[in-house]
Parts: sequence; structure tokens; C-alpha cells
Amino acid sequence: MNPMNYVYLSSFLFAIGAAGVLLRRNAIVVFMCVELMLNACNLAFVTFARMQGNLDGQVIAFFVMVVAAAEVVVGLSIIVVIFRTRRSASVDGANLLKY
Amino acid sequence: MNPVLAVGPALPFHAPNVEYSDLLPMLIVLGVAVVGVLVEAFMGRRYRFEVQLVLAVAGLLAAFVSVVSLAGTNKVLVGGAVAIDGPALFLQGTILLLATLGVLSSAERSLDTGGVFTSAGSAIPGSEHERLLTATGVVQTEVFPLMMFAIGGMLLFPASNDLLTMFVALEVLSLPLYLLCGLARRRRLLSQEASMKYFLLGAFSSAFFLYGVALLYGYAGTVRLSGIATAVSSNASSESLLLMGTALVAVGLLFKIGAVPFHSWTPDVYQGAPTPITGFMAACTKVAAFGALLRVFYVGVGGMAWDWQPMMWAVAILTMVIGSVVAITQTDVKRMLAYSSIAHAGFVLTGLVATGAVAKSGEILGVSSVLFYLVAYGFTTIGAFALVTVVRDAGGEATHLSQWAGLAQRSPLVAWTFTLFLAAFAGIPLTSGFTGKFAVFSAAIAGDATPLVVVGVVMSAVAAFFYFRVVVLMFFSAPALDGPTVAVPSALTTVTIAMGALVTVVLGVWPSQVLDLAGQASIFVR
Repeated sequence: MNPMNYVYLSSFLFAIGAAGVLLRRNAIVVFMCVELMLNACNLAFVTFARMQGNLDGQVIAFFVMVVAAAEVVVGLSIIVVIFRTRRSASVDGANLLKY
Repeated sequence: MNPVLAVGPALPFHAPNVEYSDLLPMLIVLGVAVVGVLVEAFMGRRYRFEVQLVLAVAGLLAAFVSVVSLAGTNKVLVGGAVAIDGPALFLQGTILLLATLGVLSSAERSLDTGGVFTSAGSAIPGSEHERLLTATGVVQTEVFPLMMFAIGGMLLFPASNDLLTMFVALEVLSLPLYLLCGLARRRRLLSQEASMKYFLLGAFSSAFFLYGVALLYGYAGTVRLSGIATAVSSNASSESLLLMGTALVAVGLLFKIGAVPFHSWTPDVYQGAPTPITGFMAACTKVAAFGALLRVFYVGVGGMAWDWQPMMWAVAILTMVIGSVVAITQTDVKRMLAYSSIAHAGFVLTGLVATGAVAKSGEILGVSSVLFYLVAYGFTTIGAFALVTVVRDAGGEATHLSQWAGLAQRSPLVAWTFTLFLAAFAGIPLTSGFTGKFAVFSAAIAGDATPLVVVGVVMSAVAAFFYFRVVVLMFFSAPALDGPTVAVPSALTTVTIAMGALVTVVLGVWPSQVLDLAGQASIFVR
């Protein structure tokens, strides 16, 4: 199978994730969509690694997983604090800062 | 395209040679951060604050000394992942000095009982738990290791020579900042909201950055900037991968510097975050991110400047116009300074697009002018935000502009110092802002970007209008009866404001030393 198809798949996943960030209202779902985008990047890295015939892309995928895990720790802590304060994790609820 | 699998089973593994002595500034800062975590875990609460503060400041100054001792180094380290060269060292030194001031003003405790930060980030605002913590005088000390980790990331960001290192540095600097934004003692709801907005948008933009890195990897077969530069010059493979990859990487970096159209987080986060953290972020993050932007666009994709320059022109013009025009309508000091920082990002970008401007001495004007501007802007910004923390009323900082009316009658010193900072932001001669603007605009003219300079000068005039509106308000309005008071801070904030003001004046009156230094430091190692 043509590996370029996996690149197209990754761009679809990335677009789905980006659309989710823009459209969904729950902070946790928004955050999951960001994770989907990072995983789309991983798929692209691994595919390009195979196409280019070197291992860099596969190694990068591991780095991205570690960074994504660290991001989950920070992100969930922020979202949980917001939820405890406001009893809601809606990104529309937090609207005190404007203009 | 057929799959090519050249990877055999017995590929030898070469451990990279790590030159620890050349990485010393970063190792010191990150080491102090780790020690700070241990102090949090094992030391009694009573001594933590002093120990953490001394550790952080000593670590930053030691790192600065080692940056100075590395001056003149020009090499690529750790198997090509890190470049220690003129721009990297210049920016690292700048970040370390600015971060020292940021740490000092964050440690201020005499303005608010218990300090700027909430006693515990997990306590619900207004709850019994929070009241108890405040009453027992618990002081937040975890901010020091968090800041040190962020500073470590900032040091690596402009020095990273491949895009993976740059991504890791981006996250190391961002993640602690997301948390720091949410820890204000007063106005916790605003602070938490700022934290969430910054986090979600920051993660979103770093995903774009990463996908751009993936596409550039697909194009060049490597994430090393020099490898990408080679691929660009030999026109190796599909140009669409290169263009899309460059654009997406630019999105991630332009988000960090707060350039339009990726600026929408800036005013909210700058307003909601604890003010010393805002100053720290506004100064240090911008310095680090411009360093990374310069390296990517000069070293990595410098060979296709014709393709990315139109994009940067558009971004620079939009950033200057929107930053300056929207600032006019602001009624909050922190928000106004946030829009002014957006406008300044635009001014710096005019220097960045001048790739072709090379002086007779071999100095790359585009780089040296940006380096100088960042020093000038950084010190003024950190001083201005530190000054905002001393104007207070019963509810904490009085940030609404109407509350600043007649401030000169309550405290002429504060009013005059703020006037100095505003004059520097506006680019009035004999302040650092003028020298910086002169440097970037003359670089842009030398690089055939005269239209940008015209926009820049017009927008400087627009910006001067709203800066001087504040000056008029402070000096020529009658103060409100229930207006804010000017609190007397401890030496920590005083030093920050004084250093900000001092550098603002010195770089305006006698800039030649720093200009020369920036000129010598303007050449990237490849």
C-alpha cells in the first residue's frame, strides 16, 4: 500500500482534532481533540520515517508521547481546578475576561 | 511513491557526545529547578520561602556568569541538537537577567499578606479551606521551581538546532507558565480562566507546530535545521510539503510571540495572570520565542526567503495595526500593556523580515536589530508590570485606567517612572524604545522593506496617542476620592522597577555598547 495514504489519514485526523477544538464546548473534550492532533502528528512522523528510510521519525514519536503525557498532567489539573470552582468544565462558562 | 526501507536490523548505535561545559547555563537552571522540587518535598515550611528565593536568584546569576564566560563560542553540540552561537548566548543572557527581575518581583510579599500567589492552587476560591490557609499564613513556594523549569525551557528554545529539540523546549517553557497563570491570590476566577484559555490555545498551537515539523521532516528526511536548509537549496522533494510545513511551524512560533492573527490569547492571559508573572511572561517568553523564530527562518528556511517574506510582511503589518489600534479602546492597564506588547511584536517582525540587510562588518542587521529591540523591550516591560503591582486599593491591584487618574498627586515618583516606561514604549528619543525602533526600522529599510517602515512609523504615532492619554490622565486629572493608594513595596519590587527604569534610560542615552554586542552576536552557526 502506498504509504502516502497514511499521511492523508493523519491529515484527516489532524483536521478532525482541529475542528473538535473549535466546535466542542467541554474543556475535557477540547483537550482530547488536541491529543488527537498530537497523535495525528505521530502517525505522520512514523509514515515519513518509513518513506525516508531513517529512524528519526519513529524516535520523535516517542518524544511526542512523553510530551503529550506531561501536557495531560498539567491540562487536567487546570481543568479540574476550573471544574471545582465553577461546577462546570464548559469553555463558554469562563467568560469574565473580555474587551 | 514506493516505500523505501533502508533500515537494517544491525544499525550501530552511536551515543552522542554531550559537551556539558557548553550547556552549563541550561544545566544550572534546570538543576536548581530539580533541587527546588526537593526543597518543596523535604524542607520545613518555615524556611522554604527564603531557601527557594536564594536558590533561584543564585542559580540564575550563576547561569548568567557561565553565559558570559561562554561568549564567543560558536558550535553545534549534542549531536547537532543544540547550537551555542552569538544569538543563542545573547538571548540566553537577556533571558537570565530578565528572569532574575521576574523572580524578584514574584517573590514580593509586603504588598499582599502571603504574597502574590494563592496559598494553594487547589483551594476553591472563597472556600473555608482557602480562608484557613490564608489565616495560617501559608506561602506558595512551588512557583520558584515552576519558574526555573520555564526559564530552562526558554534558554533551550533559542538555542535549539533541530525542530524536535525546539518542540520539547517549547513545551518545557509553556507547561509551567500555564500553571503559574492560574495561581493569583486576588481575582482567582479571572486567573483560573486565563490559565485555562492559555493552556487550551497553547496546546492547540503547539499541535500545529508539531504537524509542521512532521511535514518538514517528510520533506527533508531530517528535523535538523541545517539539513532542512540543505534540502531547500537542493530543491530535494515536494515543494508543497515544505511550504505547508513552514507555514504550520510559523503558526506555532507566531502564537508564542503573540502576533496577529494568533494574538487573541494575549490580552486575556496578560490581564488574568498574577501581574509579576505577566511581566515575566511578556518579557522572557517573547525573547525566547523571537530567538527560535529567527533561527528557524534564518538558518532552516532562509534559502526560501522569497516564499515566506510575503507572509511575514502581512503578519507584521496586521500585528502593528491591530495591536496599536485596539489598544486605544482599552480601559484596563494590564490589557492596554498586552495590546502594546502585540504591537511591539509587530515592530520586531519588521526587523526580522530584513534578511538581506548585511552591514559592511558582516553584521546581519535583521538579527542584531531584533536582538537589541528584545533587550530594550524586555526591561521596560518587566519594569512597567512591576510598577502596576504597587498601585492598589482594597481589592488588590487597581488596574482600571480611571483609577489611575491624578496618580501624580498621590505619588509623583510612581507617575514619573510610569511615564518613562510609556515614553519608551512609544519610542520617544533618549529612551531605549527609540533606539530599538530606530535599529529595526533602519534594518528594514536596508532590507528593502520600506513600506513596512512607513506602517511602523504611522502605528508608532497611533500608539503614542494612547500612551500619552495615560500620562495626561495621571498628571492632569483630579484624583478620585476613593482612588487607589500607592503601596510601598519591599526591596524586591523596588529593585525590579529601578533596574527596568535604569536600563530604559541607559539604552536610550548610551546604547552603543549593547548595539555593538548585538552586532557581534548576529551570526548563526550552521
